[in-house]
Amino acid sequence: MAYVAIFITYIFINNFILTQFLGICPFIGVSKNSESAIGMGMAVTFVMGIASIITWLVYTFLLVPLDLVYLQTLSFILVIAALVQFVELIIQKNSPGLYQALGIFLPLITTNCAVLGIAIMNITEGYTLMQSFSAGIAAGIGFTLALVLMSNIRERMDLFPVQKSFKGVPIAFISGGLMALAFMAFDKSLLTNLLG
Amino acid sequence: MNILFAFLIIASLGLLLGLGLAVAAKKLAVKKDERAEEILAVLPGANCGACGYPGCAGYASALSKGEAENGLCSPGGAETSAAVAEILGIEASAVHERMVAFVHCRGNNELTQRDYHYQGIEECSGAYMLFQGDSSCKYGCLHLGSCMRVCPTNAISRDALGNMRVDPDACIGCLKCTLVCPTKVIRMIPARGSHAIACNSLDKGGVVRKICSVGCIGCKICEKKFPDSGCTVTNFLSEIDYESPMTQIGEAAQACPTSCIVEAR
Repeated sequence: MAYVAIFITYIFINNFILTQFLGICPFIGVSKNSESAIGMGMAVTFVMGIASIITWLVYTFLLVPLDLVYLQTLSFILVIAALVQFVELIIQKNSPGLYQALGIFLPLITTNCAVLGIAIMNITEGYTLMQSFSAGIAAGIGFTLALVLMSNIRERMDLFPVQKSFKGVPIAFISGGLMALAFMAFDKSLLTNLLG
Repeated sequence: MNILFAFLIIASLGLLLGLGLAVAAKKLAVKKDERAEEILAVLPGANCGACGYPGCAGYASALSKGEAENGLCSPGGAETSAAVAEILGIEASAVHERMVAFVHCRGNNELTQRDYHYQGIEECSGAYMLFQGDSSCKYGCLHLGSCMRVCPTNAISRDALGNMRVDPDACIGCLKCTLVCPTKVIRMIPARGSHAIACNSLDKGGVVRKICSVGCIGCKICEKKFPDSGCTVTNFLSEIDYESPMTQIGEAAQACPTSCIVEAR
């Protein structure tokens, strides 16, 4: 039950992009077509999942016993940066097309606050290793969901006669804001209604 | 002591991750086309898009795959074309002639009549939205400098009279100013051209004479008295044929009653 709650929390209630406003940069930057949005979402989900495990291990078995908890942020960024480099290598090898489409946003996952956000949230919420991992995956899925929804909206919006001054990023921000309003409807009562 | 300890922990963590990445980079190494990088090094790096590809890197990779024609790089010119040909092992193809932008207008607030006084934003497109600009001449320069701001090499500047001028040596022929100009008064001329017509007006001679003192009135003096000047008048506007020898162009410029045949350099 606890895992179901974690998934619902991070996909809908605490959606990283639409309610916590973390990781807005790729939300606008990579949402021009759904293909690259899905690719970016998968890459971020992967990084979040693995980063959750490794940062949890680093925190519990390295920082806490050695009484170096204040190094949390620094060491987490270190781990995330290395992970992103690794993911970049994999994508470049296996899917050059996606690598081209993601462009600068791929290395920018390093500084994506959503990834650091989930790592730190796992610690403050006091999750176990498995809980952290599922929170990471769930947050990644929530990120992907927002990105894919946005890319579909933007693909359709390209066909509509949008005012010149609103074309592109401005109208994307407006529709993103409306989506965020819709996601505000998900709150803790959703959880209690579903799980009792 | 404590700080040394923290330093060691972070350093060893970094070292560990770095080693892991080094191994992964070796295992997952992707073979890149080296020629693309060599070509990128000889391209000017202006990323102007004049070749039609997304930046110099895009053109370089298209060239290395044999998809793109050599010699499309107008900023680089013949030198770049030759260097690229050497890398690719092909013969240097003929370079398209170097074209530079030229503002075909010398009118300003004193020399040309105004229809109204424009006080909007400092963009030509803004003024153009209101009755196609504040100037009575609807073909001329609006002097708000949109071209100046899009120019990637800052080749366009405002001279003492308030006219926009293109420095032909700094112009790389990327066409950005011609696209942003609402009146299309900026057109391309060959860089070797010594003279140009400083007017863009298709209005009849009498109308031009009434609203502007430096416009082409279509009097045909250049065409008839100096047949070797290369000038021909169509639609009340003289135009220079740059393919012709243009031997009498200097005299035609002297004889032009509104002196709108000007030196391009």
